[in-house]
Amino acid sequence: MARVTGVAIHGYGGYVPRYRIRAEEIGRIWNRGDPELPVNEKTVAAPDEDATTMAVEAARIAVKMAGIDPRKIGAIHVGSESKPYAVKPTGTVVSAAIGAGTSLLAADLEFACKAGTEALQLITGLVETGRIEYGLAIGADTAQGRPGDALEFTAASGAAAFLVGSMDNAAVASIEAWCSYVTDTPDFWRRPNDRYPMHTARFTGQPAYFRHIIGAVKSLMDNDGYSLNDFDYFVFHQPNVKFPLAVAKSLGVDEKKIAPGLVADVLGNTYSACSLLGLVKVLDSALPGQAILLASYGSGAGSDAFVIRVLEGISEKRERVPKLSSLINDKIYVDYAVYLKFREKISMR
Amino acid sequence: MTKVFVAGVGFTKIAEHWDRGLDELMAEAALKALEDAGISSVNAIYVGNMLGEALQEQAHLGTLLAEDLGLVGVPAFRVEAAEASGAAAIYQGALDIASGKSETVLVVGGEKLSDGLGEEVSSALMMSGHQEYEGFIGADFYALNALLYRLYDKRYGAGGVAMFPVISHDHAVGVPHAQYPFKLTLEKVLSSPFIAEPLRRMEVSGIGDGAAAVVLIGERSAEKIKSPKTMLHISSSSDYITPFERENPLHFRALTMAVENVIREAKVERREINFIELHDASSIMAAISLESSGFAAPGEAGRLAEKGEFSLGGRIPCNTFGGLKARGHPVGATALYQVAEAHLQLTGRAGKNQVDSAKIGLVQSLGGVAATAFAILLRGV
Amino acid sequence: MRVPRYWRNIPFRYRLVGWRCNHCGTFHQEKPIICKRCRHRELYEVELPKTGKLVAYTIVQSTPKEFNLVSPYAIGLVELDDGTRILAQLTDFREDELREGLRVEAVFRKIRVDGEQGIIEYGYKFRPLIE
Repeated sequence: MARVTGVAIHGYGGYVPRYRIRAEEIGRIWNRGDPELPVNEKTVAAPDEDATTMAVEAARIAVKMAGIDPRKIGAIHVGSESKPYAVKPTGTVVSAAIGAGTSLLAADLEFACKAGTEALQLITGLVETGRIEYGLAIGADTAQGRPGDALEFTAASGAAAFLVGSMDNAAVASIEAWCSYVTDTPDFWRRPNDRYPMHTARFTGQPAYFRHIIGAVKSLMDNDGYSLNDFDYFVFHQPNVKFPLAVAKSLGVDEKKIAPGLVADVLGNTYSACSLLGLVKVLDSALPGQAILLASYGSGAGSDAFVIRVLEGISEKRERVPKLSSLINDKIYVDYAVYLKFREKISMR
Repeated sequence: MTKVFVAGVGFTKIAEHWDRGLDELMAEAALKALEDAGISSVNAIYVGNMLGEALQEQAHLGTLLAEDLGLVGVPAFRVEAAEASGAAAIYQGALDIASGKSETVLVVGGEKLSDGLGEEVSSALMMSGHQEYEGFIGADFYALNALLYRLYDKRYGAGGVAMFPVISHDHAVGVPHAQYPFKLTLEKVLSSPFIAEPLRRMEVSGIGDGAAAVVLIGERSAEKIKSPKTMLHISSSSDYITPFERENPLHFRALTMAVENVIREAKVERREINFIELHDASSIMAAISLESSGFAAPGEAGRLAEKGEFSLGGRIPCNTFGGLKARGHPVGATALYQVAEAHLQLTGRAGKNQVDSAKIGLVQSLGGVAATAFAILLRGV
Repeated sequence: MRVPRYWRNIPFRYRLVGWRCNHCGTFHQEKPIICKRCRHRELYEVELPKTGKLVAYTIVQSTPKEFNLVSPYAIGLVELDDGTRILAQLTDFREDELREGLRVEAVFRKIRVDGEQGIIEYGYKFRPLIE
């Protein structure tokens, strides 16, 4: 695919709830003697939060950083697998909450953990073709794991938003290229009336996560003329800490280039927000001129890979909002009982 | 304008009346009041009630009561002004007499909170606030009182404010119609759990059912009706519903205006008033009410309460039968209880709670956090 | 709350957008025809600042039924940076953080949820400011 021309990120925002539960606390209740925990801790959305409220918080940060009139936003795409409504758009709520206008394409997306990067692809396309001036791409989830399931250690809550528009001198980063790699691979799913997803354990690894991410990255290298040496940072989807490190290793990427964007150890897997929060973390400290390779993964399955280059405008703009690390570090731990209450896992009927 | 007299009062005990309906309670109070006045019918009936729709799913309480009393044909309707609904009904009854349209009026207040679960009652009572603003976020009556208490404490120091429930309970001991006729020590008040910090559970009124009624008559009937009588003056004022939208949230301006107007209308001096029935839905409202109506300097009510000035035998006794806190606060009925009790005081029928040689009593009734205020002045004749 | 009622006042609930009197400066959460303080008829739309300080707060222990899931919850009187005072639920705080003068910021949260099938009502709350 041809490279993207003239499209840039003007603002970005990462949001995570203030509450955390330690993996060992979940292990205290459920672990059957396995000392290896997939993450250290994960975020827990407060009882008054859902994917929509977190999408709004991330969007507000992105708009504030960009400093644009929100009425200039022509599209809002929200990717989530935990929409609070089965039927009712999220983008319209985000629009009303940030003060966007009514001449707006508002569409929600779902593709397991990669709906957020799909939103970014679509917004990029709309800006590139001149159809909209600015667009907002958001990934937001309050992921739920069945109590006692392996997923419960990692399924977390968070959101990331990117305000994208035409390239100008004040832009934060350019989106140089993107591609996707998808196949019909049923490694994880949730039927319409079920509360918790099903997954296929080790089948989610090699034929699913690894094959698709590597496929998307290779496609970028082969079709768009990049080499892995061109990149200062790599951000991969992080269902746990092990997978992104393993995919880096198999690609031959230095661990130092992946560490800055690794957030799963302290946030868990925030699903549609996951790789995007890694990107936010990298952008918070990256230098103008540096290049970032981002590759998401969504079960079902597919990976979206992006080439993002940091621009001069970032230095001034990212000072307008708090860094993601201030949200990551400002936390209140809850025990398993409070976690059950917050996430409405206690049956009230 | 003709003068307005109270010629009879009646009330039920305040309790959780599980086996009795709202209209039955009101009928009992009404019949007692008619009996006290020695009459059997009236020209009009006014009902004070706040939560009939919410808890009984019953509107149309006026005509329902007329039917229960066997008085079909008499014009009868309900008046609503949140927790001051009873006072609003008295206001309408008094206007009716004063205008000369009616010679005899029955005003009945009734409320039955025990038909709802506690959380439903809490929700229903939020209807006295601004629902689109305060109600939407859960800023209920207790929350607003707690915030006022904080501001009061910061400006003046809240020492002594917790004495108001103690005084009310002292006065309720032995009162047959009181819901909580027992003594309450200051230690118990201050060790009760917070309902909304710094407001404690024992500083707010409880939940109960009750009905009270008064018979109002005009000058011509006063010559014929031989029951003990008092003369009634009533005035009212309103304020911003959210206390924090007022210039000074620690001053109940509506109450100030209502009291000043009723005193002027009755041509009495504040110092001639022998006792006050306060709207002590909370301790802090009792304190601010006394200050706003000129019976204590701002910030002084608690300290004066500690000195005994508001106790029976003190400078100006308050809540002589226990007030909202100890006699009980069946919302729309409360002002009728207050007026009935003041009437008993001024007709020498207050028993052990009698204020010596009482000539003039002041009743205060508030809707919400004093967004609606009524001042009712009763004078012995 | 019935849906049209919730919907009518979304600008204030979501963004603290209301109307200020051109004459006396009084803020109105709902669009007025006439200023509630000075009866002036010229009012302009205004979006309130999203940061301020806590003037007073309390924890509500006796919860109305709409708020069971967040019980007990905190109510604060917040003075925004332009001096406007508003009532708000407080969220995401440790109890030992709450104090008069605490810097707070508006966040977007679920306020009430109408059972399993009804609407989710969103609105503003305030939390300790993250710098």
